[in-house]
Amino acid sequence: MPKKLIIDGQEIEVEDGITLLQACEQAGAEIPRFCYHERLSIAGNCRMCLVEVEGSPKPVASCAMTVNDLPPNRDGSTKKVFTKSATVKKAREGVMEFLLINHPLDCPICDQGGECDLQDQAMAFGIGGSRYHENKRAVEDKYIGPLIKTMMTRCIHCTRCVRYMTEVAGVEELGLISRGEDAEITTYLEKGILSEMSANAVDLCPVGALTHRPWAHNARPWELRKTESIDVMDAVGCNIRVDTRGAEVMRILPRNNDAVNEEWISDKTRHVVDGLKTQRLDQPYIRKDGRLVPASWDEALAVVAEKLKSTAAERIGAIAGDLAGAEEMFALKELMGQLGVKNIDCRGANEAVNSAAGRASYVFNTTIERIEQADAILIAGSNPRIEAPVLNARIRRRWRQGLLKVGLIGTPAALTYDFTHIGDGMQSLVDLADGKHAFAKVLAEAKRPMVIVGAGAFARADGAVAMALAARVAEAARKGSDEGWAVFNVLHTAAARVAGLDLGFVPGEGGKATSAMLDAANSGALDLVWLLGADEIDMGSLGNAFVIYQGTHGDAGAHRADVILPGAAYTEKSATYVNTEGRAQVTARAVFPPGDAKEDWTIIRAVSGKIGRALGFDTLSELRAQMYRQVPALARLDHPHGGDGEAAALAKLASAGGMADATAFVSPVGDFYFTNPVARASAVMAELSALNKAAGSAGGLKAAE
Amino acid sequence: MLADKDRIFRNIYGFHDSGLQAAIKRGSWDGTKFFIDQGQDWIINEVKASGLRGRGGAGFPTGLKWSFMPKNDPRPSYLVVNADESEPGSCKDREILRHDPQLLIEGMLIASFAMRAHTAFIYFRGEYIRERERFQRSVDEAYAAKLIGKGNVHGWDLDIVVHHGGGAYICGEESALIESIEGKKGQPRLKPPFPAGCGLYGAPTTVNNVESIAVVPDILRRGATWFAALGKPNNTGTKLFQVSGHVNKPCVVEEEMGIPLKELLEKHAGGVRGGWSNLLAVIPGGSSVPCLTFDVCEDITMDFDALSKAKSGLGTAAVIVMDKSTDIIKAIARLSYFYKHESCGQCTPCREGCGWMWRVMERMVKGEARKSEIDLLWDVSKQVEGHTICALGDAAAWPVQGLIRNFRDVMEARIDAHDKAARQAAE
Repeated sequence: MPKKLIIDGQEIEVEDGITLLQACEQAGAEIPRFCYHERLSIAGNCRMCLVEVEGSPKPVASCAMTVNDLPPNRDGSTKKVFTKSATVKKAREGVMEFLLINHPLDCPICDQGGECDLQDQAMAFGIGGSRYHENKRAVEDKYIGPLIKTMMTRCIHCTRCVRYMTEVAGVEELGLISRGEDAEITTYLEKGILSEMSANAVDLCPVGALTHRPWAHNARPWELRKTESIDVMDAVGCNIRVDTRGAEVMRILPRNNDAVNEEWISDKTRHVVDGLKTQRLDQPYIRKDGRLVPASWDEALAVVAEKLKSTAAERIGAIAGDLAGAEEMFALKELMGQLGVKNIDCRGANEAVNSAAGRASYVFNTTIERIEQADAILIAGSNPRIEAPVLNARIRRRWRQGLLKVGLIGTPAALTYDFTHIGDGMQSLVDLADGKHAFAKVLAEAKRPMVIVGAGAFARADGAVAMALAARVAEAARKGSDEGWAVFNVLHTAAARVAGLDLGFVPGEGGKATSAMLDAANSGALDLVWLLGADEIDMGSLGNAFVIYQGTHGDAGAHRADVILPGAAYTEKSATYVNTEGRAQVTARAVFPPGDAKEDWTIIRAVSGKIGRALGFDTLSELRAQMYRQVPALARLDHPHGGDGEAAALAKLASAGGMADATAFVSPVGDFYFTNPVARASAVMAELSALNKAAGSAGGLKAAE
Repeated sequence: MLADKDRIFRNIYGFHDSGLQAAIKRGSWDGTKFFIDQGQDWIINEVKASGLRGRGGAGFPTGLKWSFMPKNDPRPSYLVVNADESEPGSCKDREILRHDPQLLIEGMLIASFAMRAHTAFIYFRGEYIRERERFQRSVDEAYAAKLIGKGNVHGWDLDIVVHHGGGAYICGEESALIESIEGKKGQPRLKPPFPAGCGLYGAPTTVNNVESIAVVPDILRRGATWFAALGKPNNTGTKLFQVSGHVNKPCVVEEEMGIPLKELLEKHAGGVRGGWSNLLAVIPGGSSVPCLTFDVCEDITMDFDALSKAKSGLGTAAVIVMDKSTDIIKAIARLSYFYKHESCGQCTPCREGCGWMWRVMERMVKGEARKSEIDLLWDVSKQVEGHTICALGDAAAWPVQGLIRNFRDVMEARIDAHDKAARQAAE
């Protein structure tokens, strides 16, 4: 039942159950707040959001009062709410004064300066000076983890960080100890927070009590140029904002997208920044006498062209890596197509995922947003906490609402929510598919079930069997589920994968997949391999093949390369990435690639010219026009696939058979902090990885339940 | 003056045995089965008709509070008895717990039945260790005699859970108390939802003071009209008054509501030390209410409405008497320290304001302040009052406000004296 309110003289109708603060905002009134945050539970402790409500003797904390709880007026008239009255102004000034009496006012040396809620609201709602002449409180700084720098004297006890860590990150380590004015935020015995999502607590801090340790004192927010972009650390495609100063990426912050990451990002996404500056390939190299020697673009391109021209098509292979954008994969695919090369692959070890059965067979059909409506989830062969932390936080959020049943097949891990451990490997999937395990009944009875298949199940030799079994489980779960509800979900681990599959960057008729290419290279049947940022393959298997490595970092691929073509990282180019849901999103160039490095599609276009098979585009927009003609899905930006053709895809997948292996499903993400070349180049990630290892099974991310 | 026959607490001084048999001889557990047979509505109506107002301080009508408990709710209901008696000056509940525990246990059974609760909790103040032991013995006795427990003689199953607090003043606030029973940190919850809608473990809960519950059996036994006839309209019944401070015989005494303060002090507490004219001020209801000056004390009556009209409050009826030897500023500064120390630190005005008020008060004691700071102090106390989650902010602000309202001249004189001494020292 909509409720009528008169807010500041303006009559509005608000929906049932919202808070007074939200109602005031809908009426266009600005309500200051510190402790209130849309995505956290309500604490109501800062008292900044006080408003005056007709009939209430005291001002009311608008964040904690729902419109339903407002007592009706005796005469039945519409309730009046005032947000600009003298009482409200006085109340806000009072609270503001209280917040500031023990706040150090060290804004000139505070990293939060310029983006500080306290600073802004003190300007807007405070009084000019202070009447407090006593000594200020000083609080000892705490160690609460490698990423969070503390200056606890600045803390205003809003407890946002505590609520975030407990509710969203699922790590109950932060809390408020002592009482009264001696209350302090700390971790238990100052144990560091080991969470893959800890740094979001810093974003939530409305003051400078928690700041980002890796970025301490290196920039002021007003000096930074902000570019809205997309993250590529995992296949979730978190929306980020890249802040740059000059030619340097200074920091990465989350950007709101309710459908994908809300406003959270993982620590890896955020603090991988220093990895963008180290180990970079900033000029072409050619291997001469066993050593990589700096070269000019002309020389490098000449070598590549000569090799491409002199090698037979069936002895050439191209492998796209985890971070490749759709544009360069499209360009490389076109180039290989012109040469008649069929050995192309973008899947690495994930050969079991295939575009043959339709798009619904390789994307996260349910969509991340609709996880919140699920009532039963089967996770097979995945540890979403380290493969897709933000997606895992969604599952946790759904779980916290209650009545969600989660089943896990694979190595048990601390997922931040309770689950039934069904088993370790393929046999459990067989049991489920045959309806022998109790969880099969849970899935069958669920109205909105989800089956999530992870790389732990399909990135193995018998991956096709796992996919077939998972498809059978999903088919069974689909029966009796709600109309239009998609069940089958593939959780990818690489940002490039879905776009690669969409583009058909997979072996053509008679072509070789990655493992076959590696075998062929090892045995001398493949002479030339083009690695498009592919660092996750076994370089030792490349035999004597001539390796062209196009990429950004001096990682595994560059070490093995015979020619290095320096490309652009995801912050340095506009490239399309399709996340695991099949949602196409485009990054933006925040800075230029370092040195002589070029945007990747231009390198491939240049090579095509050198071999006399010029590709039919000279600009990015021309390339995209062609790409969109071939794969229209890529043009539908920010639009998930959402389960189209799921039934047919499942039927096709389920028909596959083969030999199964009894070994346990193991997540391919061994070390969360080292999953790609950018992360491996980051000192911060290295530190986190070491700390995590040192913490071991006691508090580590991989800790068993 | 209350006649002996109208006394509810017949063993408040512990002159007699507090055991079950002795209590039964004094009238406890008489007719309890009959009351329960009359049904829930009858009990609630009787309590409503008696005009009983909550004895914990706020004075909310008890029967009305009970009637807020939802009917036909699938969740269990709970009664919680608040024995976290921590208000400085208050010491009535401990006498009940020590000497008349069966009255309370009987009251808990009746109240639980009236609110359809099969489990009643009692939350003991951390310092009440012996009291808790004594009470636990009484509960065990009642269980053994099948007066409570499963399948008891009254036909209403009731389990009593004795919970011992950690000794924090704030846990006397009902929602903080609920949090504490749940094993969490004692911090008040936001209201709404009120405990009757969502209280202990998310279930409908009523939190009552020890005395409010302990008087219920006798109200039912003697009838609501008897109780309502005592005291004054809207302030009915008897009440345990606790007199401490500068009187000749500090005491806890059961008296009629609305007894004149002067009579209370003279008759029961042996008079003010040094005679009535030596009286400086009285805090009539425990540390959190503003103090009364000598003029007001002359003819004020001790009930909710009269004291609230005098800009003070009955609170728990813990009367703190101060004679003219008292440094009233220092006395109030000590209370400010208490509230600063006991603030839970959850919400801003109380956390920051209590410390601020205490610091200014400490300077006021010595006169190391400017006169304008008296107005500042008033302003700060007003900024705390009414802006907090629970009433602790109000409780911290009121004594200071009472001081400024009533003894501003003393504060100014102290400042003048300090200034004069400083000037002379400089010369």
